[in-house]
Amino acid sequence: MIVFTMLNDRFILATNLSLMTQQTVIVGTLAIAQTLIILTAGIDLSIGAIMVFAQMTMANLVVTSEVSNVAGYGWPAALAIAAGILIAMVAGGVNGFLIVRFELPPFIVTLGTLSIFTALTLIFFKARTIQGPEMPDAMTWMGTTFKLGPFTVMTGVLVMLAMYGIFAFILRNTAWGTHIYAVGDDPDAAELSGISTGRVLFSVYCVAGLIIGIAAWITIGRVGSASPNVAPNINLDSITAVVIGGTSLFGGRGTMIGTLLGALIVVVFQNGLALAGYDQAPRVLAVGVLVIAAVALDQWIRKVQG
Amino acid sequence: MSTVPAILSGRGLVKHFGRVVGLNGADIDLFPGEVLAVIGDNGAGKSTLIKCFSGAHAPDTGTMEVTGQDVLFRSTHEARLAGIETVFQTLAVSPALDIAENLYLGREIRKQGVLGTAFRMLDRKRMRAEAGQRLQDLGIGTIQNISQAVETLSGGQRQAVAVARAAAFGSKVIILDEPTAALGVRESARVLQLIHDLRERGMPVILISHNMPQVFEVADRIHVQRLGKRAAVVTPSKFDMKDAVAIMTGALEVDEADQALGPVRTPAAV
Ligand SMILES: Nc1ncnc2c1ncn2[C@@H]1O[C@H](COP(=O)(O)OP(=O)(O)OP(=O)(O)O)[C@@H](O)[C@H]1O
Ligand SMILES: [Mg+2]
Repeated sequence: MIVFTMLNDRFILATNLSLMTQQTVIVGTLAIAQTLIILTAGIDLSIGAIMVFAQMTMANLVVTSEVSNVAGYGWPAALAIAAGILIAMVAGGVNGFLIVRFELPPFIVTLGTLSIFTALTLIFFKARTIQGPEMPDAMTWMGTTFKLGPFTVMTGVLVMLAMYGIFAFILRNTAWGTHIYAVGDDPDAAELSGISTGRVLFSVYCVAGLIIGIAAWITIGRVGSASPNVAPNINLDSITAVVIGGTSLFGGRGTMIGTLLGALIVVVFQNGLALAGYDQAPRVLAVGVLVIAAVALDQWIRKVQG
Repeated sequence: MSTVPAILSGRGLVKHFGRVVGLNGADIDLFPGEVLAVIGDNGAGKSTLIKCFSGAHAPDTGTMEVTGQDVLFRSTHEARLAGIETVFQTLAVSPALDIAENLYLGREIRKQGVLGTAFRMLDRKRMRAEAGQRLQDLGIGTIQNISQAVETLSGGQRQAVAVARAAAFGSKVIILDEPTAALGVRESARVLQLIHDLRERGMPVILISHNMPQVFEVADRIHVQRLGKRAAVVTPSKFDMKDAVAIMTGALEVDEADQALGPVRTPAAV
């Protein structure tokens, strides 16, 4: 932080702070879904692909050929958004079903669906970007901003923070939350304790899908368009945020607030490097190093604690 | 043979794990109010036998009855609903969760009113208070903090948590698979006392143990498991530890007439 500050004093300006929280919004929201999944000792590599598929669904359903060069369906915005969120939930459900029913490792399943959903997006929607002005205002509502003191706050950021609050509450205060920890901690013990581990896992992937769907809507607002090429590194970024936030990749340990901090750190880190004049490539490299360092630290802490 | 119906019985239970034979046509009967000990060599199929009744395994063939009804449990949850509570040999506790969370895992208490119904909020305070009481009742006062993660407990303390969970919720049958294996002398005595107490209350108990003196002290009948089958059922009054070991190893075979296949505890005492 201090290094970045010295490198470029623009870094501490309020506008930059506002910008940074806005940049956190996509990875931050997706990291909520990733946290739930990693808590069950799973992983989701298809998060970005599902998010893109959902947002392209929303955008294509809503546009009409009168305002766009895309055929479109001219659905009302509310319906299109709901449909996109539903699609994301179904996609999450497919992951969950394959993992539970066929007892396949989440890593493999989501690696497969990463390709599948990416391909489906291209098949159904081609590689066309749909611009914000082509869509009704509701589609980009998440990107609208308002003034709060010296800060410019984005609606999507508020929605993200509310979701953090809700899921932190659920994890701490409901039976479902406890069961997520139990299943991630020791699935055999959880099953013998009378928990239906399959049902818990399946529900987690569905809920993750729901969150990814909302993230898709937020992304359209934040970016100002629906593009198949948005946020190419989002899978790694979301996993990095979760791991830096202290959630164990082995499952059963972690918190939502940790992930929020993790997401902020990832973005500050990248933003700092960008302001210091580094290109995309070294930034991605740095995040790769960061995630490995975080996992190594997690392992080491575990060993020291015994 | 007898007119008292069994609380729990199994006939011809077979369970294969790939090519390994876990159970090879095993029978078992548990009668009201009794403590049935199950003994046998390692790998004799003791855990596999009781796991059929705990809902952890489904037998390949064979029939199971609980209070006269045919049953087949597909999960431990179903067995729990039928009133059968088990302390598994592997304990089945979640290390990262705390003691109260473990005691109430899968049957959490929700808050009263709208917080509980609409927001499904857990009543942590009540769960902690009751969990503390339960452990106190068991005389396991060495646990200082009920909101302590189970992974920070000693092996014996973990076992105490698992035993407390079973004793607290079992309504028809309590099954204990080597509940004192990790316990010190004093804690073992506590668990033995607990089994006595359960027996006084008329609660039927199945106790798996390798500890012969313990078995002979507490059991009404002793089921000897050998090579995936029931080799014999004997009473501590008619047979001694040497005989039991002989049956376990196959050196001694007991006529049906000398066995205790029916109930030995008179219904009046129950
Ligand atoms: N889940 C399983 N998968 C494969 N084989 C199993 C499984 N559970 C039990 N077995 C096998 O079934 C046989 C009986 O095992 P079981 O655990 O019932 O023995 P046990 O009498 O409880 O022994 P111990 O005194 O060591 O606890 C053993 O040969 C064991 O290897
Ligand atoms: Mg065993």
